[in-house]
Amino acid sequence: MSASAAIAVQGLTHRYGDHQALRDLEFQVECGEIFGLLGPNGGGKTTLFRILSTLLPVQEGTACVLGFDVNNKPSEIRFRIGVTFQAPSLDAKLTVRENLIHQAHLYGLSGSTMRTRIDDRLQRLGLGERAHDRVESLSGGLKRRVEIAKGLLHDPALLLLDEPSTGLDPGARHDLWQYLQRLRSETGVTVLVATHLMDEAERCDRLAILDAGQLVALGTPDELRQSIGGDCITIGCRNADDLSGMIADRFAVQPKRVGDNLRIEREDGHEFLRDLVAAFPDDVTTVSLGKPTLEDVFIDRTGHRFWEAEAE
Amino acid sequence: MSTPTSVETSPPAATSRELKPRAAFWLPIWTLTWRELVRFFRQRTRVVGALGQPIIFWILFGAGLHGTFQAPSWAAESMSYQEYFFPGVAVMILMFTAIFSTISIIEDRREGFLQGVLVAPISRLSLVLGKLCGGTVLAVLQAVLFIAVGPLLFFLGLAPSMQIEFTLTSAALSLAFVTLLAFTLTALGYMIAWPMDSTQGFHAIMSVFLMPMWLLSGAFFPAGESGWLSWVIRLNPLTYGVAGLRRLMYWNSSSLHGVTDASSESLPSLTLCLLVTCVFCFACVGMSVWLTGRRTSKDSR
Repeated sequence: MSASAAIAVQGLTHRYGDHQALRDLEFQVECGEIFGLLGPNGGGKTTLFRILSTLLPVQEGTACVLGFDVNNKPSEIRFRIGVTFQAPSLDAKLTVRENLIHQAHLYGLSGSTMRTRIDDRLQRLGLGERAHDRVESLSGGLKRRVEIAKGLLHDPALLLLDEPSTGLDPGARHDLWQYLQRLRSETGVTVLVATHLMDEAERCDRLAILDAGQLVALGTPDELRQSIGGDCITIGCRNADDLSGMIADRFAVQPKRVGDNLRIEREDGHEFLRDLVAAFPDDVTTVSLGKPTLEDVFIDRTGHRFWEAEAE
Repeated sequence: MSTPTSVETSPPAATSRELKPRAAFWLPIWTLTWRELVRFFRQRTRVVGALGQPIIFWILFGAGLHGTFQAPSWAAESMSYQEYFFPGVAVMILMFTAIFSTISIIEDRREGFLQGVLVAPISRLSLVLGKLCGGTVLAVLQAVLFIAVGPLLFFLGLAPSMQIEFTLTSAALSLAFVTLLAFTLTALGYMIAWPMDSTQGFHAIMSVFLMPMWLLSGAFFPAGESGWLSWVIRLNPLTYGVAGLRRLMYWNSSSLHGVTDASSESLPSLTLCLLVTCVFCFACVGMSVWLTGRRTSKDSR
């Protein structure tokens, strides 16, 4: 484990009563990375997020944030991280500026240092004109920007964001990510983003995919996609079990059953597709061919679809 | 596992080097208190409701129980029920505003504000004190307003003339005592509200625990000579809050004889009142800090 890692987690296990939320996690986040925690809701990423933000104690294993152990040195960590929760942490009855002033005070900032910082963050996030509006009158996108301004007031070395795009329209989401990327390149801040959105995960430098509390994949989005050979073919059919057997007999590949559909990963998907449709013209109802996505990675590693995990 | 190819490497603490990693203590208390006050005064209805109900209670019960009330042996015989009830209503205002202000903890938790405070590098004691100071200031403001305005209702015919006369000393002492009591009651509310996740639950506790606690504190009726009720009243720490305030209000007046023969019905001495209230205060504040210091899955909601 390198000493310079922004986050280092080893053998991390967490239980709520009988429910095991995290199982033996192990990964590292390097300084200056934008790192994604991708997983369905209930996959354990929120628990992990709570542990890293010092709200939950470590039960088993170790978790170090910026070189400090989460269990022993929570206050050292709290000084150095900026946290944006999924639920808004703004006081709606106060103005944008008042919210930032309170936050600055909580971090021991006051006087002209505080004013300079607040003005700077407001301007950087394009909130200058709304500074004196009450938070309850802002749109979802603006509120989220205030949250981020709040998290950045004390110049944290690590920014933890839980579902930062919740409630944002695509335009606002795009702006947010542009801002995060610019921030990273200007200040070298490390960013950890917990998300269940594939397109958000795509924008991260590296990803950890969590399912049912377990780490199922770790790598850059490209690496993860390339780990699945060639093309992905999804077959819609009337009777998946029968067709699966027939395909296995004829083409010597074992299709994966995903819901009512079958999936096959292989090179030269377009040629296989032609043979497949020619062989079973009546059994195949729909068929699609595509380059693997992160969702395909998830299905490949877990054997079920992203949304199914969520519904459980 | 793989390492990223193109990331700038900076030492973790590089961007936060200006900060001394030492938790501020007073600034968070001040900022949380201020927030509590701003929130209160921006919700006009709360301002009206908090003071209106106790005044109405005071006038209605005062008029309704006027005939049947018999002044306890430690008080002047001429004391009317409404006068007897006066310090009781002041404590009721303290109790209800102090405790209601702690409901905001449940709201803060639900709205997510609390999480933001919990991940800030502040000591848990400053968090608790910040919340308590806010509630205390609000409660004291309203109780003082009632103590000042209540007797003036005499001129409207809604209150009897009372023997209460404040001098500078007794007013200052009363204010100090009222502040101590408000702080204690806010802490009591805090430790009830902290583990709760719904305001409905809080209201339930309010009606089965807090309301009877006030009713059985000598605020509403005097403790009798004997029987289980007098024991409950004597064991209730709030009894000493009400009695202490009563004594301070009559600091210079002869309306309280304060019976010297130590009969069970006598009003507790001021020293005892102060002592019990201080112990009660430390217990509640200590409990609040302890509860807040625990890192549990509750805080992650």
